[in-house]
Amino acid sequence: MIKKILIANRGEIAVRVINACREMSVPTVAVYSTADRKSLHVQMADEAICIGDPPPLESYLNIDKIIAVAKQTGADAIHPGYGFLAENSDFSARCEREGLVFIGPNSKALRLVGDKVASRETMTKAKIPIIPGMMTKRAEMKEFKEAAESIGYPVMIKASAGGGGKGMRIIYSPKELEKGIEAGMREAKSAFGDESVYLEKYIEEPRHVEFQVLADNFGNVVHLFERECSIQRRHQKIVEETPSCAIDDELRKKMGEVAKKVIKISGYNNAGTVEFLLDKNKKFYFLEVNARIQVEHPITELVTGVDLVKQQIKIASGEKLKLKQEEIKQRGHAIECRIYAEDPENNFFPCAGKILFMKEPAGPGVRHDCGIYSGFDVPVYYDPILSKVITWAETREDARGRMIMALSDYIILGIKTTIGFLSSVMGHPEFAAGNTQTNFIEKNMSDWGDKKKGRKFLNEALLAAAVSSQMKTSEKRAVVKEKAPSPWLTVGKWSIGGN
Amino acid sequence: MYRIETKIDTKSPEFRENKRALQDLVAEFKARLKEVKKGGPPKAHELHKSRGKLTVRERLELLFDRNTPFLELSTLAAYDMYDNEAPAAGMVTGVGVIHGREVLIVANDATVKGGTYFPMTIKKHVRAQEVAMENRLPCIYLVDSGGIFLPYQSGTFPDKDHFGKIFFNQARLSAMGIPQISIVLGSCTAGGAYVPAMSDEAVIVRQQGTIFIGGPPLVKAATGEEVTDEELGGADVHCRISGVADHYALNDQHALEIARNIVESLDPPKKFELDMAESEDPYYDPEEVYGIVPRDIRKPYDIREVIARIVDGSRFQEFKELYGPTIVTGFARIMGYPVGILGNNGVLFSESSLKAAHFINLCTMRKIPLIFLQNITGFIVGKQYEHKGIAKDGAKMVHAVANADVPKFTVIVGGSYGAGNYGMCGRAYDPRLIWMWPNAKICVMGGEQAANVLLTVKLRALKKAGKTMTKEEQEKFMEPTLKKYEEESSPYYSGARLWDDGILDPLETRTALALGISMALNASIPDQRFGVFRM
Repeated sequence: MIKKILIANRGEIAVRVINACREMSVPTVAVYSTADRKSLHVQMADEAICIGDPPPLESYLNIDKIIAVAKQTGADAIHPGYGFLAENSDFSARCEREGLVFIGPNSKALRLVGDKVASRETMTKAKIPIIPGMMTKRAEMKEFKEAAESIGYPVMIKASAGGGGKGMRIIYSPKELEKGIEAGMREAKSAFGDESVYLEKYIEEPRHVEFQVLADNFGNVVHLFERECSIQRRHQKIVEETPSCAIDDELRKKMGEVAKKVIKISGYNNAGTVEFLLDKNKKFYFLEVNARIQVEHPITELVTGVDLVKQQIKIASGEKLKLKQEEIKQRGHAIECRIYAEDPENNFFPCAGKILFMKEPAGPGVRHDCGIYSGFDVPVYYDPILSKVITWAETREDARGRMIMALSDYIILGIKTTIGFLSSVMGHPEFAAGNTQTNFIEKNMSDWGDKKKGRKFLNEALLAAAVSSQMKTSEKRAVVKEKAPSPWLTVGKWSIGGN
Repeated sequence: MYRIETKIDTKSPEFRENKRALQDLVAEFKARLKEVKKGGPPKAHELHKSRGKLTVRERLELLFDRNTPFLELSTLAAYDMYDNEAPAAGMVTGVGVIHGREVLIVANDATVKGGTYFPMTIKKHVRAQEVAMENRLPCIYLVDSGGIFLPYQSGTFPDKDHFGKIFFNQARLSAMGIPQISIVLGSCTAGGAYVPAMSDEAVIVRQQGTIFIGGPPLVKAATGEEVTDEELGGADVHCRISGVADHYALNDQHALEIARNIVESLDPPKKFELDMAESEDPYYDPEEVYGIVPRDIRKPYDIREVIARIVDGSRFQEFKELYGPTIVTGFARIMGYPVGILGNNGVLFSESSLKAAHFINLCTMRKIPLIFLQNITGFIVGKQYEHKGIAKDGAKMVHAVANADVPKFTVIVGGSYGAGNYGMCGRAYDPRLIWMWPNAKICVMGGEQAANVLLTVKLRALKKAGKTMTKEEQEKFMEPTLKKYEEESSPYYSGARLWDDGILDPLETRTALALGISMALNASIPDQRFGVFRM
């Protein structure tokens, strides 16, 4: 069994992993950049070590430093969370060399699934359905043109080292192609340091359906059903749910088996997610393997009752999977909304700053995975995710109602967040009807900000209420007449020049 | 109360450079303090340990309640004195918590020259007793000392504030109802024997603690009698035969536990009540103070920026903001305690002196503790000002400070020069506690001014004899004065000689002040009483 885990991440996912470790009585080591000195994960871990300046390259992406901290603190395993080093095969290989357990897939499988072109080749050989597209990495403009013709417009340009929507472009006609490719390459170069791009068929009005998979080190693989993550902004998910209302039991079974097959032929172990695109006619195409714990993992946990982070740790410890495919059942419906520090009225522009006040949603069937607190300063340097609200109920409609209530109870003051926007998504008739294609937001939500501006009086009333209460407190602060505790009893251990 | 609006740009290069400079000074202070806290040389530690004794810091750890603060006094006493053979003057003093009540401790460090008393050790011991007296704190003496360090006898024995003062104070403190408790953890020879003997209660450790007026060598010399330490004055002798000690302890740990039990049985203190509010952190990050204080001590800065990083919610009720602007006065809270603050924003003029006297009067009337943030070059000079009576206006301020019987605390945050030191409650004006920041300077005047004054006097004398000095000769003449003043104005020089209660990291100021105020409230605040203000 693993004795001590270093969490090479920050924010809500670091907190999530620390909590799992605490339940398993495994001590934890947090690492943090100087911008994260007061972060929640730093406060919660048993030990916390500062690893450098705020820019990720100097802290959360600094492999040497993180390995050194693991050695120094006696951690024998590293959990990378998601993002940062989670899918970095060099990091995973380095852990292997240094005798540290990387809680994730082995470096070979990680390298394979991380290279989109190479993995497409492997999947084609294994007869896994994939979106028609190019098989080569670097190509001349002429080859791009030919490929686009043979695939058929519209086509999509994707970065081969990419993810997260960076470098992606949709091309509807031959005359847009050349410009699009050049722009895609530039963007890919600046985002990933690798300019290679490829083409594939663009599926219109598709749904994004993914399967959660667990694989141990002994070749046992199970899937834990699907998640539908079609609602996206800037090609990044903001709402996820399971089960998907677009697939029936028969299709579910078929896709699950394909997902397992993908994992097996990749030689993959630990938790992973196999992503598919589902078109209007229920045809599905393999997209890629996400070789990490996903942001949206909690919805799977709620409907299957399996703790995925604990499973990751157990698998990494060398335990055999105790879960049997036939025993894993979906029960009820779960929805997740991601709360970002972003301004939905300004094209989801990130908004860092101090959280002046926060009230968490709570209640039966409401889960809140969170990396922030009242008074926390959200740094500008990282992905602006703050927390996730996940609701579970017996039916989709109940889970949706619960989410609307939870979001209306959720208060974050001081910075702009996506809470109000998500609340509108949840309340939208198209969402209620299950019409959740990946273009949901541009189709249904583009006039959202304007609608909100109509409620002028509410804002002014709230402002007046806030100001008047502030005035009262500044006139006369509450005076404690009772025996106030002396600093001698409240300061704690302290001495001049430090302890 | 309104919040102070900061005008500091934390992104400016000026701020960053100031910050680096002051942080370097703080780091240097901490490193030096860490070295001093080690006590005597490793060899002495080994010997001490081999006798089954705990070190002085380990003893304090066991004596105090766990996870409580310790407000140490005179941390750098004797620094750079006596060839650096007496770190911290061989003694730890300070205020800590036992069973929830504040007590004052004086603990010998036997790893430093056997815990013997150097001149500065005596000064430190007497200063600690003074703190106990002013603030009515029970005294606990952890005795482990060979008495006076004989090579320095002339600076330790007969004068008013020498060794004898310690026992005089014990008697007076006891008479004031302030408990005097001794724990004999090693030798108490000659004069040292009076520390337990003059105490209300004494604990002694068997086979380790000894009390005698003359040790075995002296007895042999005087009477020819041969006795062992234990036979002459061990725990069994004093607990069973002589009655010099009251409690018999098996070892250090046991003795410290007995001392805790004694404190537990004392009457609970009745603290003077102030109008308390809930404590609130400063609104501005206290760490910004590092970037606010200029590297060059001569450069002026707004003391409000410092106040904003010390007081609750950075709120400050400023008094007479538009009058005599070279001194800032006003009310605030520190960890819930009401305080009146005086801070310098330049040289003291008649107006600023009058304003300060007025403000001090407000606080003594209302019984509000006073805090002085010193950054002062002195009172204004010149014909115009003398004619206006700066001497009598300055005198009003000094008079008000001297007679203010509310608890006073002084932090020297910059320069402390000339009579400014007096007006702003320097050591001689009995602040309950006085600290210096590592960047601070204390001196009768700046080195440059002093050297120039001496040069003018010299040139005048030469002129009478019909001589003069070249530019080079003048510079050479001034150099030793500049050097001497530079060295002697350092906070280490001051701390070594107990002109203050030690150096403070600016970040520690808020907590130290709150602890100090709380400590001071063990004594009640009397009604105000002033003498004649020259009008």
